[in-house]
Amino acid sequence: MYSRITGTGSYLPEKILTNLDLERMVDTSDEWIRTRTGITQRHIAGENQVASDLALYACQNAMQAAGVTSQDIDLIIVATTTPDMIFPSTACILQNKLGIENCPAFDVQAVCSGFVYALATADMFVSSGKCRNALVVGSEIYSKILDWNDRSTCVLFGDGAGAVVLSQSDQPGILSTHLHASGSHSNILSAPGSISGGKVQGTPYINMEGNAVFKFAVKVLEEVVQEAMAKNDLQSTDIDWLIPHQANIRIIQSTARKLGLPMDKVVVAVDKHGNTSAASIPLALDMAVRDGRIQRDQLVLLEGVGGGFTWGAVLLRW
Amino acid sequence: MENIEQRIKKIVAEQLGVNEAEVKNESSFVNDLGADSLDTVELVMALEEEFECEIPDEQAEKINTVQEAIDYVTANTSAS
Repeated sequence: MYSRITGTGSYLPEKILTNLDLERMVDTSDEWIRTRTGITQRHIAGENQVASDLALYACQNAMQAAGVTSQDIDLIIVATTTPDMIFPSTACILQNKLGIENCPAFDVQAVCSGFVYALATADMFVSSGKCRNALVVGSEIYSKILDWNDRSTCVLFGDGAGAVVLSQSDQPGILSTHLHASGSHSNILSAPGSISGGKVQGTPYINMEGNAVFKFAVKVLEEVVQEAMAKNDLQSTDIDWLIPHQANIRIIQSTARKLGLPMDKVVVAVDKHGNTSAASIPLALDMAVRDGRIQRDQLVLLEGVGGGFTWGAVLLRW
Repeated sequence: MENIEQRIKKIVAEQLGVNEAEVKNESSFVNDLGADSLDTVELVMALEEEFECEIPDEQAEKINTVQEAIDYVTANTSAS
């Protein structure tokens, strides 16, 4: 038994914040943002929207594409760094919004690798026969944890949600999953605040050492892709579509170059979405499925890296 | 086998997309060769790969010119 993605869906909030808008907010420029990151705009959630709201739309979209209803869903995993509340989990809140009475539902916190972690986890449940149809969602509202006076971070992120339905299948589907973490690198990317005694202790905003993150990301992404290739006796040039975490076009280009992949085999959404953390991979996947680039039987590799540090890859046959 | 200086100039030209003839010993990556901060990170990674060494971040920050790269590699690897 295997697991296979049978439907994908997206949701991006209506409000768009362009680089020109940001020029009026902080000391930055469209040229600087574009050349360093490849980002031209990002979506920003409404004041009253929470991660489960974005996730709900993306899930409805994915279930429709898969031809299933919420009654067919028997597992919900939400990858998010920006949950609705301390508890209950965003997955349980989402489950209620979807009108699903009873199935396991939980959140995964692996920051920008969250979707890869969630998909690898769902694969265990589905390919083992414990669940038939899993909803796997990445949903983020990073605009809540950005310091809008910090030009080095506030220009990088955006809000959004992407979802897939992962279903049982006789044929793959997911070929292999590869997860890693190294907590010794936690200091170069974090939002270190915590809540205690009714107050936020420490900074609740993103701290990032950009150059160190760049170097670490490029190194481990190449390693994890090569690991996935070796496990399946394939070469990186066999990949039809690389769907990387959309953090920064320069990381994406550098990874593609190291793997010997031309950029026309790489799905890029960072220009329009910014870095949407756990949502970025399913958003990019949904885009490339819906515009017809990804076709049945093609080899697709999802890879991501994020705070923790965490990183991972999922190789699949579409 | 090319010497360290030639190998470094070749890498600098490739990474920064400039003509090798433009790459002088005194060239500053940022001021003369148009590198930005991410270019310099990639350049250091390319040097690490070429010379099979690891350049710690605090050392990498001090490598701003071609000559400084040559000096670092000469002093810290067995490539010479």
